[in-house]
Amino acid sequence: MKRFLLSCFLALLLMTSGRAQEGFVAALPGLGASFGETASAVEKLGASGDPRGLPILKALQDGTLLRAGDGRILLGQGNAAVDAATGAAAPADGAEPVRLNNRVRSALRSALGQLQLLSPDATERAAAADAVFRSASAENIRLIDTALARETVPAIKEKLRLALAAAQLAGTEAEAKRQAITTLGHAGSTEAREILLKAKAADASLAAPIDVALTEIDRSLAYRRAAETFVQGLSLGSVLLLAALGLAITFGVMGVINMAHGEFVMLGAYATFLVQEALRGTPFAPWALPLAIPAAFLITAAVGALLERGFIRHLYGRPLETLLMTFGVGMVLQQAIRLGFGAQNREVISPPWMQGTLLLPGGIAMTQNRLWIILFGILVFLLVVAAIRFTRLGLEMRAVVQNRRIAATMGIRTGRVDALTFAFGSGLAGLAGVALSQIDNVSPNLGTGYIIDSFMVVVFGGVGSLFGTLVGALTLGIINKVLEPYAGAVLAKVFVLVAIMLFIQRRPRGLFALKGRAAEA
Amino acid sequence: MSNTPILSRRTALMGAGAALALPAIQPAWAQGAPIKVGVLHSLSGTMAISETALRDTVLMMVEYANSQGGLLGRKLEAVVVDPASNWPLFAEKARELLAVHKVDVTFGCWTSVSRKSVLPVFEELKGLLFYPVQYEGEEESPNIFYTGAAPNQQAIPAVEYLMSKDGGEAKRIVLLGTDYVYPRTTNRILRGFLNSKGIGNADIMEEYTPFGHSDWQGIVSRVKRFASEGKKTAIVSTINGDANVPFYREMGNQGIKAEDIPCVAFSVGEEELAGIDTKPLVGYLAAWNYFMSIKGAPNEEFIKLWQAYIKNPKRVTNDPMEATYTGFRMWMNAVKQAGTTAVAQVTPALIGQKLMAPCGYEETMLPNHHLSKPVLIGEVQANGQFNIVWKTPNAVPAENWSQFIPENANRKKG
Repeated sequence: MKRFLLSCFLALLLMTSGRAQEGFVAALPGLGASFGETASAVEKLGASGDPRGLPILKALQDGTLLRAGDGRILLGQGNAAVDAATGAAAPADGAEPVRLNNRVRSALRSALGQLQLLSPDATERAAAADAVFRSASAENIRLIDTALARETVPAIKEKLRLALAAAQLAGTEAEAKRQAITTLGHAGSTEAREILLKAKAADASLAAPIDVALTEIDRSLAYRRAAETFVQGLSLGSVLLLAALGLAITFGVMGVINMAHGEFVMLGAYATFLVQEALRGTPFAPWALPLAIPAAFLITAAVGALLERGFIRHLYGRPLETLLMTFGVGMVLQQAIRLGFGAQNREVISPPWMQGTLLLPGGIAMTQNRLWIILFGILVFLLVVAAIRFTRLGLEMRAVVQNRRIAATMGIRTGRVDALTFAFGSGLAGLAGVALSQIDNVSPNLGTGYIIDSFMVVVFGGVGSLFGTLVGALTLGIINKVLEPYAGAVLAKVFVLVAIMLFIQRRPRGLFALKGRAAEA
Repeated sequence: MSNTPILSRRTALMGAGAALALPAIQPAWAQGAPIKVGVLHSLSGTMAISETALRDTVLMMVEYANSQGGLLGRKLEAVVVDPASNWPLFAEKARELLAVHKVDVTFGCWTSVSRKSVLPVFEELKGLLFYPVQYEGEEESPNIFYTGAAPNQQAIPAVEYLMSKDGGEAKRIVLLGTDYVYPRTTNRILRGFLNSKGIGNADIMEEYTPFGHSDWQGIVSRVKRFASEGKKTAIVSTINGDANVPFYREMGNQGIKAEDIPCVAFSVGEEELAGIDTKPLVGYLAAWNYFMSIKGAPNEEFIKLWQAYIKNPKRVTNDPMEATYTGFRMWMNAVKQAGTTAVAQVTPALIGQKLMAPCGYEETMLPNHHLSKPVLIGEVQANGQFNIVWKTPNAVPAENWSQFIPENANRKKG
C-alpha cells in the first residue's frame, strides 16, 4: 500500500516537474561541499520534486547524511549506510556528516516543505504548508494548487490558501497579485506583514493596495499586541503573587519581617529539582513537577517551622532584630545550598505540556509555561483564602492575631499556632519556588531577585490583606509590562518603584488598608 | 624554545610529580626564593561560577612550570586570594599581593569593573597583571597584558558574519545586553560600525536588562515584531551570566528558530552551556577566539593537561581559560628570555612573544599589550559543544582603541 501511494506520489510529482530526474542527480554532489553549495543542492532537491530527495533531506536534518572522501553521499551510519544515489550498501568508513548552518537550515525547511506538501501525514502537511508560505516563491504556485485541490483538513487548507497568496504575490499575474494582497491583509499576522513589506520593496507599483492591506494588518496587530501585553502583565503579576503570598502570611498577618523569604522560594525550587532527580528513570518521571508541589510545600514548611521555633519566637516585637536575624539565616541557607549543590545552576526539565506557545482565540499568542503559572497562582490564592476562612487553623490564626491573650484564655495554644502559621507562609514560598523553577534559573541566589518585589507587593496591596496582595501583584505586573516597551526593562522597574513610593506617601497603609490589626480572608 | 610542546614533556611532568611526592629525591632548586604567582580571581559570590575555573588553570600552569624544572632554576609558588566578586575588594587584594606577598606576576580579574578597580594599584606598585577575558577595549596600561579579545577580534567580525551570505545577510540588528559597562561600550562601537556599513539607526534596536533578568516575554515579542518589517533581522547578544537561560528558553517557547532570527552571543561558552539543556539552542551562534572543539595538537595538549590536572575527563575548556594558558606560557618564555622576573625587564621581553596557541594559530603579543588572535564563529550543538562555521584565515591584531568611537580619532596609532 505504502509503495503504491509512493508511486502515485512520484507520478504526480513527475507530472508537475519534468526535470526531476536530472535535478536529483545533479544536486547530490553539492551536499557537504561547502555551506553555500549544500544550500543550493538542498534547494535543487526541493525544486526537483523528486521523492527520492525526501529521505536525504530528512537525514540531513537528523545529522545522519554523510559525505565520503570521494564525494559520494551516504545515508545512515556505520555498516548500515547506503549510497544515496544508487541505494547500494556502502560502508561509511571515513565519511563525515554533512554539516548545517542557518543558511542550510532555512533552505532545508523550504525544500522539506516542497516535498512534504502532499505527504499522507497531516502534521507533516501542516508544517510543509507553513514552510512553503514562508519561502513565498512563485515556483511553488502549481504545487500549492495541486495540494489545495487534494487537501481535506480545513486548518491546513487555510494555511495553503495563505501560502498560495504568498507565492502568487511573487509571481507575474497582476490580478492574482491583487487578490493575494487582500488575502494576506485579512490574515493579520506578522508573517503576512513581512511578506507584504518585501513585495512592496520589490515592486513599487503595488504600493497602494499593499498599504491598504498593511493598515488592516496593523489594526488587528495593535489589538492583539494590547491583549498580549495584558496577558504578559498578568503572567508577571501571577509570579509576583506566588512569591508574595507566603510573605502576605508571615509579614502581613504575623508581622514578622522575614528577609529569608526569598531563600524559602529558592529551597522550593531545589526541592523540585530533588523530586525530579529522585523520580528520574521511574514511571513517575513525567509527573515530577506535580509531585514536587506537595514535596516543596512540606520541605519549606518544615524549615520554616524550625526557624520560627528556634529563633523568631524569641524576637517577637523586635522588628529590627528579626530583620537582621532572618537576613543572616537567608545568607546561611544560600551558602548551605551552594556548598551542597554547587554554585552552578541546576536544570529542572519542563514537561512537554509546558513548552511552546498556545494560540488563544483572536490570535493572541501565549507561552504555555506562563499560562500554567497564571492558573497555578490563582489556584494557590483561592486555596489560601479558603484555608484561612474555613479551616480550624485559619480560625485560630485569625484569633491569635486579633487578640493573643484572649485567644490563649479560650484554650488556643498560641505558640503552636504561631509555628504553624509561619510554616504555612514558608510552605507557600516553596510553592512559588516550584513555579519559578520553570521560568528562572535554579541557583543559590534565585530568591534574592524576588524578596524586594514580594515586600513591594505586600506593602502596596495593604499589609494584612490577602485580597490586597492579589490586586497589588496583578496591578504591578501589568503596569510593568505596559511601561516596558517605552522605558526598557531597567527603567520600567525604576518607574514602578518611584510610583509606589509616591503612592505610599499618600496612602501609607496600601491599597486595602485594614482597620485595626485584624487579619481577614 | 618558545613553542615547547607540552605533551612531549608529559613523561617529565609525571616524573616530576612523583619526585615532588617524595621529599628525599626532591630536585635541588637553585638558590633564591621561589617565584611568586598571584591569583586574583573571585572564588565566592556571583562571579565564582566563571572565575573558579581560571584559578584552577593558573594553578595547573604553576604545577606544569615546576614539572619543567621551574623558571631560572627557581620554583614557582602560587599565592591565591579571594576578592569575592566585590569590586573594591579587588583593589585591596591586589595591593596585598603586590605589597605583602611581593608577587612577581598576577593572573586575574574577569569583569571590566574589577580590572578598572585594580589598574591604579598595579600602576602605582609597578606590578604585572595578565587579564584573560574578552572586553570592550578603550584601555591600555603599561602594567597590564590583555590576553582576551578586543572588540575588533570578536564583536565586529561576528556582526560582519551575520551580514554575510552564510550568516543570513542581516539588514536589521537587535543589540541585547545586560546593563553594565561591557555591553554598553561594545554596542556603542557596534552602532558606529553598523552606521558605517549603511545600517541606519532605524534598523537598530538596542535594549538592556538587569543582571539575572528572567522575564523575557515582552522583549522577545518586541524582537519578533522588529523582525517583521520585511528585512532579515539578527540578534547580537551581550547578555551576561545566567540570564541567558530564560532568554533562550523564551525564544524557543515563542517559536523563534535560529534560522529565522539568528543570534550571536559574546558571553556564552562551553562552561555556561554545561549546566543547561542545549537542544533548543542548536543553531545559535557564539563568537570567540577559541572553542574546545578545535582540532589540532596544541588544543589536544591543552585539554589533556587540564583534564589530567582537574582529574575529571568530562570537564570542558573555554576561551578565557585558553587566554590564561597562553598568557602564562608567554610570560614563562619572556622570563627565560629576560633572565629575571623583574617587571621592568619582563615587559619589553613580552612584546613580540609568539606562541602556537590551542586555538591552532600563532598568536603574537603586540606593542599595545594585546594579542593577535583568530576570530571563530561556532554554532551550538546538541552536546553543548560548538561546531565552527566560520573563521578568519589569519590571526587578527587587536585594536584596543576602536576606530568606531569618535573620540579615538585623534589618538595616535600603536
